[in-house]
Amino acid sequence: MERFYFKNTFSYKLLLTLREYLTVFLSTLGHIVMMMGSVLKRVSKLDIDFQELMYQCSRFGVSSLPITLSIVGMSSIIVATQIAGEMIKQGGGNYVGMFVAILLVREEAVIMSGFAIIYMIGSSLASEIATMKVTDQIDAIQVLKVDPIKYLFVPRILAGIIMMPLVVIVATLFGIVGGAVASNLSSGLSYRAFFDSVWFGLFVRDIYISIFKAAVFGFVISLISCTFGYYAKGGAKGVGDATTDAVVWSFIAIVFIDMIFAIAFFF
Amino acid sequence: MGIQVKNLIKEFDKKRVIDDISFNVNDGEILAIVGFSGSGKSTVLKLISGLITPDSGDIITTGDIAMVFQYSALFDSLNVFDNISFALVERKDLRKKFSKEDLKRIVREKLALVGLSGIEDKFPSELSGGMQKRVSFARAIVTEPQIILYDEPTAGLDPISSTLIEDYIVRLKNETNAASIVVTHQMSTIKRTADKVIMLYNGKIVFTGTPEELQKEETPYTKQFVNADLDGPMKMFAE
Repeated sequence: MERFYFKNTFSYKLLLTLREYLTVFLSTLGHIVMMMGSVLKRVSKLDIDFQELMYQCSRFGVSSLPITLSIVGMSSIIVATQIAGEMIKQGGGNYVGMFVAILLVREEAVIMSGFAIIYMIGSSLASEIATMKVTDQIDAIQVLKVDPIKYLFVPRILAGIIMMPLVVIVATLFGIVGGAVASNLSSGLSYRAFFDSVWFGLFVRDIYISIFKAAVFGFVISLISCTFGYYAKGGAKGVGDATTDAVVWSFIAIVFIDMIFAIAFFF
Repeated sequence: MGIQVKNLIKEFDKKRVIDDISFNVNDGEILAIVGFSGSGKSTVLKLISGLITPDSGDIITTGDIAMVFQYSALFDSLNVFDNISFALVERKDLRKKFSKEDLKRIVREKLALVGLSGIEDKFPSELSGGMQKRVSFARAIVTEPQIILYDEPTAGLDPISSTLIEDYIVRLKNETNAASIVVTHQMSTIKRTADKVIMLYNGKIVFTGTPEELQKEETPYTKQFVNADLDGPMKMFAE
C-alpha cells in the first residue's frame, strides 16, 4: 500500500509557494524601505548634488511632459465628448466644465500622469540603474569613494517629488482646455458656459490634495524604480526583470496610494 | 607596506568562498592571483576594495585604493573627460580642490600615460575594448592611489591589446610605486606583469611563488593549471 506523505499534498505545496511569494514580497518591501531611509538621511543633512538634481529635473520634465499631456488631454476629450451632449439634453449643460474639472483635478490628471511617468521615467530609471549595477558601474562609483546613494538616487528621487506636481498642473490645465474644445465641437457648448462652471464644485483644497498626491506619486515611482535597479542581478535578463518589476510594483503602489487618498480625504 | 591580508574568510549562502587566506603585497610589487573560474579570485579583490566585508580576518592597506574592472565599468552616460575626472569632481574630500584648468591638465596627463591623447570628448561606446580598458586605467590612477587592483584586465582582448595592457600595468607600477594585485588566469599576463603569484582553489591558497616557480613547480595543482589539464586535483564543476 502506498504510504501517504503530507509533503506531496497540494495544500502543502500551495503553502510553500505562498511562503516563497511572501518572502520575496517582504524582502522587496525591506529593500524599498532601506533605500527610502538612506535617501531621507542624506536629504535631511542637505547632502545633495544640486547640479545632478537640476539635470534630473530637466530630464524628468522633458521626457514625461509630451506623453503625459497626450494621455491626460485625450482622456479628457473622451470624457467631455461622451458626457457633454447628455448633460445638455438633461439641462445640465452649465455643469459640464465642473464635471470635467473635478474629474481631472481629483483623479484623472494625477493617476493618468502617474501611469505615463511609470512608462516613461520609471522604466527608464530602473533599466538605467540596473544596467549600471550589472556592468559594475555602481561598484566603480563606490571604489572611487563617491556615495552612490547621493550621486545616483537622491537627485532622481527628489526630481520625482519636484517635477511630478508641475507635470500634473500643466496636464490638468491642458485637460480642462481639451475638455472645453471637445464639448464645444461635439455638442456646441460655449467656452464661456464651460469655463464659468469649472469652479462650481472645485475647491482650493482639491488642488492642494492633487499637488500633494502628485508629489507622493513622484516619490514612490522614482524610489521603487531606483530600488529595483539597484538590486538587479545577472546580465540582460536581470535588467529586464528589474524593469518589469519596477513597473508592476509602481502601478500597484500608486493605485493603492490613490485609494488611501480617496478614503482619507473624500470618505 | 601596501596590502596585508590575514586569515581572511568569506562565506556566501553558507558556502565558504574564501577560506582562511593570508598574503602580503609590498609597495611597487605586483601580485598575480590565479586560479580557475569560481576559485574566489574576484572575491578577494572585492574584499580588499571594500565592496564586500569579510566574515573574519584582517585587511590592512595604506592609502587610496583603485580598481580596474573586468569590463572596464566606464560610466556610459559620461564622456572620457568626465569619466576620468569623476572622483576629483564628485569626491567630498577632493571636490573644489581642482580648478577646471587643473582637471583638464590632470586628465590630459593620465590619458597620455596610458597612450591615449585627444579622446576626452568621446563616449565609452565610441571606443574599442582595449581603449576602454586603458581609459579605466586612467580613471583608476587619477587620485594617485597607493594600491591598484586589476580584475582580469586582459580578458576578452586580442593578444596584441593584451600585451599592451600588460605593459601598461608594469608601467603604472613603475610610475606610481603602487602595490598591485592582478587577478587573471592568463599565463601571458602572469609572466609579463607579476613579481609573485598565488594560486587559489576552493577559496584556499594552493601555491605561492614567482611566475618562474609556477611554471617549474611540479605540484599537481601547478602542473594542471600550467598545462590546462582536465585531469588533476582541481575540478571545474562540482561532481
